Amino acid sequence: MSASGELSIKSIVREVLTYRSGQVGAAILLFLIGLSIYAVIAIPYDRAIALWRGEESCWIEVPRNAMPYWYKYIMRKNLPETIVVDGLRGDPGVIKAVTEIPGTNIKRILLEISFTYDYDDFPSEVNLFFYANYSESLPLIKIYWIKPDGSNIPLISYTIRRPYTILYLTINDDVQKSLLEFVRSNVGEPKEYIEPQLIMFAVNDETMLSAKTAKILKSTGSQIRKYTLRIEGMLFGKDSDLNAKLVVYGKVYGFAGTDHLRRDVSIALLWGTPIALAFGLTSSLAISIVQLIIAVISGWYGGKVDFIIQRLTEIYMIIPFLPFLIMISSLYRLTIWVLVAVLLVLSIFGAGVKSTRALVMQVKEEPYIEAALAYGASSRRIIFLYIIPKILPPMIPGLIGSVPGFVFLEASLAFLGLGDPFLPTWGKVINDAFSNGAFYKGYLWWIGLPSIMLILTAISFALIGFALDKIVNPRLREW
Amino acid sequence: MPLLQLEQLSKWFEIKRTIFSKPLYLRAVDGVNLSLEEGEAISIVGESGCGKTTLGKTILRLYEPTGGKIIFEGRDITFERAEALLWYKRRAQIVQQDPFGSLPPFFTVYRILEEPLLIHQIGNAKLRREMIYKALETVRLTPVEEFAPKYPHMLSGGQRQRVAIARAMILRPKLIVADEPVSMLDASVRIEILKLMRDLQKRFSMSFIYITHDLATTRYFSERISIMYAGQIIEIGPSNNIINEPLHPYTQALLKAIPDPDANNRKIFREVPPGEPPNLISPPPGCRFHPRCPYTMDICRIESPPEIYLQKDHMVRCWLYAKK
Repeated sequence: MSASGELSIKSIVREVLTYRSGQVGAAILLFLIGLSIYAVIAIPYDRAIALWRGEESCWIEVPRNAMPYWYKYIMRKNLPETIVVDGLRGDPGVIKAVTEIPGTNIKRILLEISFTYDYDDFPSEVNLFFYANYSESLPLIKIYWIKPDGSNIPLISYTIRRPYTILYLTINDDVQKSLLEFVRSNVGEPKEYIEPQLIMFAVNDETMLSAKTAKILKSTGSQIRKYTLRIEGMLFGKDSDLNAKLVVYGKVYGFAGTDHLRRDVSIALLWGTPIALAFGLTSSLAISIVQLIIAVISGWYGGKVDFIIQRLTEIYMIIPFLPFLIMISSLYRLTIWVLVAVLLVLSIFGAGVKSTRALVMQVKEEPYIEAALAYGASSRRIIFLYIIPKILPPMIPGLIGSVPGFVFLEASLAFLGLGDPFLPTWGKVINDAFSNGAFYKGYLWWIGLPSIMLILTAISFALIGFALDKIVNPRLREW
Repeated sequence: MPLLQLEQLSKWFEIKRTIFSKPLYLRAVDGVNLSLEEGEAISIVGESGCGKTTLGKTILRLYEPTGGKIIFEGRDITFERAEALLWYKRRAQIVQQDPFGSLPPFFTVYRILEEPLLIHQIGNAKLRREMIYKALETVRLTPVEEFAPKYPHMLSGGQRQRVAIARAMILRPKLIVADEPVSMLDASVRIEILKLMRDLQKRFSMSFIYITHDLATTRYFSERISIMYAGQIIEIGPSNNIINEPLHPYTQALLKAIPDPDANNRKIFREVPPGEPPNLISPPPGCRFHPRCPYTMDICRIESPPEIYLQKDHMVRCWLYAKK
């Protein structure tokens, strides 16, 4: 290590890039940093938090547990996307007719919402949103479902009880009953439980009696015929009005799909990046610096100071880390920065103090330290100007190498439900996926994507660490 | 008044074996008396492990003395606290043995020379620059602009030692302790470095303590020579006296061991002092040299010899010269 004086930070960076592992690691890291910058700019922090909390039911038009968009290409199937036909917005396909019955306060309303459906799979859900305006009595409506083949299924008679209501067609008991009634009277007894949306979108023959054989009745064919939702109703009062929005939820959404709360997982993937990098780097850096200073104090002053610090370190080293964190987090809410602080406090006297102290003991005996003492340098000057610059370069690989450890720690805490409750992090996504049985239900992307991000981060820092190790410990170089 | 005066200076190192046993002491320096005039160079000669380096470092207060007195410019600095010693650290400097370790590898030559000036808050940036360039010139590292931005690993051993000398000189000290300053250098540059130090010593009339095991060179670089054995000074006197008529049997043996450049004498067997230097943890009773001395008498085994002045300035500690 006699030539370690040549190792400035700048030359280290330059030299890392001469190794293949360093190049790959730096490329991944650059990608992650780019992703972080994009995340922070594209979705500001407050917006990300609000979105992740699902404020103002912002996810109501998004399917639950949707696959990522690119699953279409993997499954070679035109998986359905979400179709929204909004009467209030005046979308094409909405026909609205209101006729006043003369001499009364009663209005007759006819609302037809039609759309084409060309996908290779059934939708995941169908909901109807009502925007009603009424003063005296509640609007009374009847809803019909008209398939492209002309079959007309009366779904439900319904009283709108609030100005804004959602009718969950595919989980409504009455709707289910009338759909099953339709199947029984037209095709036959179903062989198993069949979902309402299947009956709504399947070809009317024996195949629809089982989910395995059911075929989709597509709008396109010899001629385009549309699916139509027909609402007939009566409104009471002069100013009364009714509008509706039909949402046919698809099975794909966005780059990373959605979770059980309809949230776009890509928000957590994007925002997880800056959080993971910031958390990993900050904790690694902070802990390394604190341990370095303590180790130098211990090694330089020696005697009683050294004795106390070393014994404290030995005690700290046997404190079980994770149980301790779990205990703290059960008493206090751990935001990410509190977590950094707790980590710092728990590792002030960590094992790093011992290895760094060993380096200090070695450097302490260098003749140039003695010369510095001879010309009157103070202990503080010697520590910060003579010892730390000498032992810093060999510490850098360890510092970089410990970053993924902290990223994983944050993820495992989030997985255990102990992480920052508001932040969208990778660990949180994995935790959600796990607690909702993602593997069992086959939602592989839900677990896979955040795991890939975690692994990429780990690989990136590990590869850079390897390259750094070769530079700082030249004996590891492969020739 | 002498610049530096040592009175019965001792440095014992404590050796702990276990927590409960009584500590042992290694008596590296044991009762040294020495006085040094301003502008005088003195050599301290002895074999490895005799305590000469410890003596040098104790004088510079790099080691805490165990006992005795160090009086510098009339002030007793023996047990002065380190914080109160800054003035002394400006007046007394060291040139170390290992030029490869004595310069911080991460500083440039310029920064290395600036450090002492910064610590003692001397001058402003411009003045310091002048001083540094001048110091580099005095140690003949020219052109100075070329050497100043270099790192130590870019320099040869001799050049590094010149930087170390420049660093020691830059504070204009009164006293320099040179601890075997040339023993790790190539033979070709040794004389050059020694000459440089002697020149500078005379030019700036500094006092010089030249610690070495090489008796042959001392005559040319110091006015006086003191011979150290087992932590004690056993003979001290003007260089010519010591070289021409050594009194102590150990000095005589050392002189006989000097290689002779005359080819005619190459077959003559050189007598070396028999035996090993004594264990400093439990030195022999009486005269510490008696187990190796060819003239051992009964009294040598019992009582330590006193300081005997045969001439005004030639002291020897040997029973052979005691007035009966």
